[in-house]
Amino acid sequence: MTNKTIKVEMLARVEGEGALDLEIRDGKVELVQLRIFEPPRLFEGLLRGRAFSEAPDITARICGICPVAYQMSSVHAMEDALGVTIDPAIRLLRRLLYCGEWIESHGLHVVMLHAPDFLGYPDAIQMAEKHGEMVTAGLALKKAGNDLMRVLGGREIHPINVRVGGFYRAPSKAELAPIAEQLKAARDLAVKVLRWSAGFPFPDFERDYEFVSLKHPDEYPFNEGRIVSTRGIDVSAQDYENEFEERHIAHSTALHSVVKRRGNYMVGPIARYNLNFDRLPGDIQGLAKEAGLAASCRNPFHSILVRGVEIVYAVDEALRLIAEYRPPASPAAPVKPRAGIGFGATEAPRGTIWHRYRLAEDGSILEARIVPPTSQNQGTIEEDLRLVATEAMDLPEDALRDRCEQAIRNYDPCISCSTHFVKLTVHRG
Amino acid sequence: MNAAPPRILAVGIGNPDRGDDGIGPRIAEMLRNRVPSGVSVNSRSGDALALLHDWAGFDAVILVDAAAPAGAPGRIHRVDLAIEPLPRDLGLASTHAFGIAEAIALAAQLKSLPPRLVIYAIEAVAFTAGADLNPAVAAAAEGVATRILAEIAAWLGGIDSDTELFQNTGG
Repeated sequence: MTNKTIKVEMLARVEGEGALDLEIRDGKVELVQLRIFEPPRLFEGLLRGRAFSEAPDITARICGICPVAYQMSSVHAMEDALGVTIDPAIRLLRRLLYCGEWIESHGLHVVMLHAPDFLGYPDAIQMAEKHGEMVTAGLALKKAGNDLMRVLGGREIHPINVRVGGFYRAPSKAELAPIAEQLKAARDLAVKVLRWSAGFPFPDFERDYEFVSLKHPDEYPFNEGRIVSTRGIDVSAQDYENEFEERHIAHSTALHSVVKRRGNYMVGPIARYNLNFDRLPGDIQGLAKEAGLAASCRNPFHSILVRGVEIVYAVDEALRLIAEYRPPASPAAPVKPRAGIGFGATEAPRGTIWHRYRLAEDGSILEARIVPPTSQNQGTIEEDLRLVATEAMDLPEDALRDRCEQAIRNYDPCISCSTHFVKLTVHRG
Repeated sequence: MNAAPPRILAVGIGNPDRGDDGIGPRIAEMLRNRVPSGVSVNSRSGDALALLHDWAGFDAVILVDAAAPAGAPGRIHRVDLAIEPLPRDLGLASTHAFGIAEAIALAAQLKSLPPRLVIYAIEAVAFTAGADLNPAVAAAAEGVATRILAEIAAWLGGIDSDTELFQNTGG
């Protein structure tokens, strides 16, 4: 029997830094450790003592790819703590801003980061020689999402226009008009990218995951809904801690989240899709079916297809929201500080992101807890890798390493968010 | 015969809150009010892939970025892509997935490089979060701005800067 040790010292095409250690001895995968070695970000600590109003701008700095997710969970949590009710028009603008982030983040990941794995290229640059049209489409999708974020958020990276209660300034209809034109073109590109990725070779790999995501009575979820799972969890953001807990793991500076009673679970596009397929419009369901997806999906490698479906959905949703947009009477609801505890959960491109804040009388933050998607998926990624490595054990080292990296990228792990990324080390003894 | 003047863009790249990484944006700021009318100047932080859209439609583009520390703080490297490829040892990498070296390589594959692309890289000391530019790096800024203005003037005057006047002196 073979003994192998594979080390991927620095995972590429992920945001942040991390490594993977894999030990194969006597034909058995003995050890799988996703090591996260970026220093802990300590954002929860540095929020203490700051004003409630600073949370959206401070937490947006945790990630340059998904700042809106942090902003949205923080404003919802603060509004919960302070008893603020927002104008329905603000709610729709937030949903529109979130569409921009999904389009930008998924566009980048599907085409530039994940597709090269399926087609056997080391990166998007090499892939561009034969697949230039799709790479150009991916860049255009990313730009369309970024431009939407810029118009609503003030700038495309770390937006500065979001505040507790709403926005500092609401856009005019005229400002959104050119974005709508850009999105119409982006829709065709998104469908092309989805059809292209549907032709990729997919490993035959399925697991019985517990999927967790928000669920809203009638919308595909962005900002609102209960936290539900495919094994019966159905709680409000407030009761999240009754069902889930974070555990310290020696090999990682990120915490591992688990369902208290059961263990690892999955958040992200596949989880959302499984729990909310019936919330997708019929034509989007049709595109998913055409791409080879059933109403339920248990192959993590199909995440690239689900992201493709979600891009088309986010583009359509953004176009609908822009068409129906009426500027709110005031860009933000009035907010008065008071003591309290607030909870917020929204759907980042990578999955559910949960925040809790405890505020003092003057609105300063006494305590902050932030649970990003990647720390929730980390245990599940390791379990996937154990199986992937077991099945691919006899492949040459490079091929085994590539397959493991591809499996990690199924989760579009944002290591910098969960302190939070990856190197692969396969030890074959 | 009066040909239309070349459309020129200068981009300062870097994060002003990361010590010497801010040299690109600092020089862009210095250029903003000194370039001839019609010349565009902007700054970019983080997302180098956006350069592919930024430079679409321009005839000539100048990028200004910090180079990795290599023992000569403030040393100016000029790379003219018409003459030589981007040297790997300048360390124009990013902490994100795509830096400017990758953006240039990708644009080359997609045949969307601007017809003329010149990169000024200023050797850094450190990229400390929250720090200002190191004095040796800041001291190079005016010299780089002056060289870029001369290069732009030459382009607008129909003089090819692909001459000894503009070549990297290593200085």
